[in-house]
Amino acid sequence: MTLEVILFFVFGIVAAVTAVIMITRSNAVISALFLVLNFAALAGLYLTLNAQFIAVTQIIVYAGAIMVLFLFVLMLLRPENEKKFLELNPKIKIFAMVVSFVVFAQLAYIIFFARPSQNISKDLAKSVEAGTIEAIGRELFTNYIVPFEAAGFLLLAATIGALVLAKKKFD
Amino acid sequence: MNITIEYYLILSAFMFFVGVAGVLTRRNAIIVFMSIELMLNSANLTLVAFSSYLGNSIGQLFVFFVMTVAAAEAAVGLAIIIAIFRNKLTVNIDEINILKW
Repeated sequence: MTLEVILFFVFGIVAAVTAVIMITRSNAVISALFLVLNFAALAGLYLTLNAQFIAVTQIIVYAGAIMVLFLFVLMLLRPENEKKFLELNPKIKIFAMVVSFVVFAQLAYIIFFARPSQNISKDLAKSVEAGTIEAIGRELFTNYIVPFEAAGFLLLAATIGALVLAKKKFD
Repeated sequence: MNITIEYYLILSAFMFFVGVAGVLTRRNAIIVFMSIELMLNSANLTLVAFSSYLGNSIGQLFVFFVMTVAAAEAAVGLAIIIAIFRNKLTVNIDEINILKW
């Protein structure tokens, strides 16, 4: 058992378990806090994949900014707790669970039988090189400068849109 | 024992499944939103896994763009939820049916 294996299983199990807890709690604030834990575990997984820049961005943007926004909205609205899982429309919910599980089974079947690792083997030096902020920044400001500017414009549009939508009066 | 790419792909598929189940079964609009974030993150995990195993940084670049879009989507979506709450005093998506006729 190398350290990589141990770290993968620790972070992977934390991510899977917190995801399940997140959708099963009736109190929305507890769900949000478990989602933060899930994002932190994902950042750890990104680190085991040598993606340093994305791991830091995950913590800052997702676990920091977006989840603070969610918690603020939860604090402002204070939604009532939901009913128990099977109290309302049990047939539709069980059907939904079955459908989503079939999707998961299909994906797992494809992954197990296609065996992408036959064709992909990890080159450690290239993998580390790909995850540095230098490599990502070089791509971002040369070949992908137009999508980068578009992303900036999208953020501006979203800021203005959120302000207008959440304003008290439309006039 | 070696961690091959299948482990990451299976974990990502499982998280996507949990997100889909959350969207389909939960009735609180904010939790539905959080499940959508979970699905976006599972897609991100796939992109980063392939990027790392192929030694190509384009996948991580796309994760960066996905994060941008997710931030914009969360801001606008939560503003819409606040606007709806102001009118109907609920975030239960079974009771929000103003577009239904």
